[in-house]
Amino acid sequence: MSDKTIYAIYDDDYVLLESAKHIVDKGIHIRDVFSPFPIHGLDPVIGLKRTRIAIAAFIYGMIGVSLALTGMWFFMIHDWPMNIGGKPNFSLMNNLPTFVPITFEFGVLCAAHGMAITYMLRNWTLPGMKGRNPYPRTTDDRFVMEIHTHDNDMDEEGIKALLNETYVLEIDVKNP
Amino acid sequence: MHKEASIREPLVLGTPTYSDITNEVLHTIENKPTKLWKLLMVIATIIALWGVGCILYLLGVGIGSWGLNKTVGWAWDITNFVWWVGIGHAGTLISAVLLLFRQKWRMAINRPAEAMTIFAVFMAGLFPMIHMGRIWMAYWVLPIPNQFGSLWVNFNSPLLWDVFAISTYLSVSLVFWYIGLIPDFATIRDRASRPVQKLMYGLMAFGWSGNAKAWQRFEEVSLVLAGLATPLVFSVHSIVSMDFATSVIPGWHTTIFPPYFVAGAVFSGFAMVQTLMLIVRKVMHLEKYVTIKHIEYMNLVIIVTGSIVGVAYLTELFISYYSGVEYESYAFINRFSGPYAWAYWCMMTCNVVSPHLFWSKKLRTNLAFTFFMSIIVNIGMWFERFVIIVTSIHRDYLPSSWSMFYPTWVDIGIFVGTLGIFSVFYLLFLKYFPVLAFNEVKTILKSSGEQYKNMSDEEFKKLHPVKK
Repeated sequence: MSDKTIYAIYDDDYVLLESAKHIVDKGIHIRDVFSPFPIHGLDPVIGLKRTRIAIAAFIYGMIGVSLALTGMWFFMIHDWPMNIGGKPNFSLMNNLPTFVPITFEFGVLCAAHGMAITYMLRNWTLPGMKGRNPYPRTTDDRFVMEIHTHDNDMDEEGIKALLNETYVLEIDVKNP
Repeated sequence: MHKEASIREPLVLGTPTYSDITNEVLHTIENKPTKLWKLLMVIATIIALWGVGCILYLLGVGIGSWGLNKTVGWAWDITNFVWWVGIGHAGTLISAVLLLFRQKWRMAINRPAEAMTIFAVFMAGLFPMIHMGRIWMAYWVLPIPNQFGSLWVNFNSPLLWDVFAISTYLSVSLVFWYIGLIPDFATIRDRASRPVQKLMYGLMAFGWSGNAKAWQRFEEVSLVLAGLATPLVFSVHSIVSMDFATSVIPGWHTTIFPPYFVAGAVFSGFAMVQTLMLIVRKVMHLEKYVTIKHIEYMNLVIIVTGSIVGVAYLTELFISYYSGVEYESYAFINRFSGPYAWAYWCMMTCNVVSPHLFWSKKLRTNLAFTFFMSIIVNIGMWFERFVIIVTSIHRDYLPSSWSMFYPTWVDIGIFVGTLGIFSVFYLLFLKYFPVLAFNEVKTILKSSGEQYKNMSDEEFKKLHPVKK
């Protein structure tokens, strides 16, 4: 049997959230939800794990910090130690206080940009790409659940019947 | 559902639906520009071109065309630089610090404030660049091995810290702003009827589709970027202040500079947000979203930061006397009674006295008065930087070098020109970008909207039935 995609269209975030709880309780797996803004509390209902992007940002930040410190050690201590205002550059430890601002700035720079790039790539949103939302109004005032028959034991009619127990605006079925 | 105390005033007035919010905010983008916009654009462009002309003249003729002399080597250029950077700080404060504190009133003003930040930092960055004189040598500030031997830039110098701070600040603010814009661009893309519009906003929306995982990442990224931008915004103006504080000039060599500059920056930035938002909300009919309450909140921030600035001024005066260092004392006596006393007292009136008028609720909720005050604060903060920079150096250690600073038409032309360039950018933003983060405003409609705010759970459930 071919995989059918069922789109359940709602006109309110709260109604969608409560409906999602209802049909997930009945054992239905919701593949995805499209909405114009984040719906708080939805992630655990549809079984989304927390993103690890913050950990990635921390790693990028640490890379930035190490790069900045290594760079400044090389420029100021190793390659060409300068004596500025009677304050010579002999060792990284002794000069560390003046290196704090740039270390911090560079750490933030790397963390922010690294995270932004990771975010773009993981979302697969890059310049020139086409939107993959099923209906144009999901970026305005419509909230859509995407359910696949292959993910569930129930057939199309069963899922539709379950959805019809909620105040769904419209149900749309797409064959592959 | 999250509930808010009923005594809190609503942040979205009236009974807009989700699509009403979209329609109202996108009205300017989806329609032809108005006559007023065109008129303002023409005026701003003329001023901007004049500014560009002055800059080109400066580059052609050299820094000698400014009023600088041997004693006063920094004057309007660095004043303008610090003024513009300071203005930028309000945008980041609203979008990052208020996000960390979960202040919902930020939603309606974060987008225009961040746009202001970015354009203001552009203008700020211009001044040190043209101050170099030979702008084509600007790449010398980068730590790149060069043809002049392996002498590197000086990482011990606050001027170099500034290069890193300002460029990090600009690029991180830009990324923060753009990530927030992507979902809104997607809305415009999905509604656009004209092919060019569809193409352009489609390109800018990066194929955003608003699926649950993307929104989850969006929220996490916003939170982490806010966490990064918060210390960043404090560090940037601290570093700007260290350009002065680490020198041994009486009047500059002060340890309270970093917090004092940061407070001053937020103070002037909020004043500029007020100036812009009061016009924008009126002209673009956004009174429902940028309410009197928003204006009042910003005025409260102005009272707080204005008071911090006032305390800093007085501390500075007291410490210059208490330190017993005669050069330091002289610098401050000269400030309030010397030839630049008029600038000092102008600064004191605008920054220390006038914000306290906002203790009156009647005044801080009065739009015309707020607008007037925002201009006063902007002027006062410009004078603050002028006073700090020029009065501290115009009396050299050597009395024979004492001098005054008189701006030339190039000094004035470039400053006025940056106001024009800023306005051109801002007007383009108002016309072609979603002015409010309207998709974020939708998230607070149910918790802070006038219609829903004080609804009981029963009423709410009746209005939004779930199960048949």
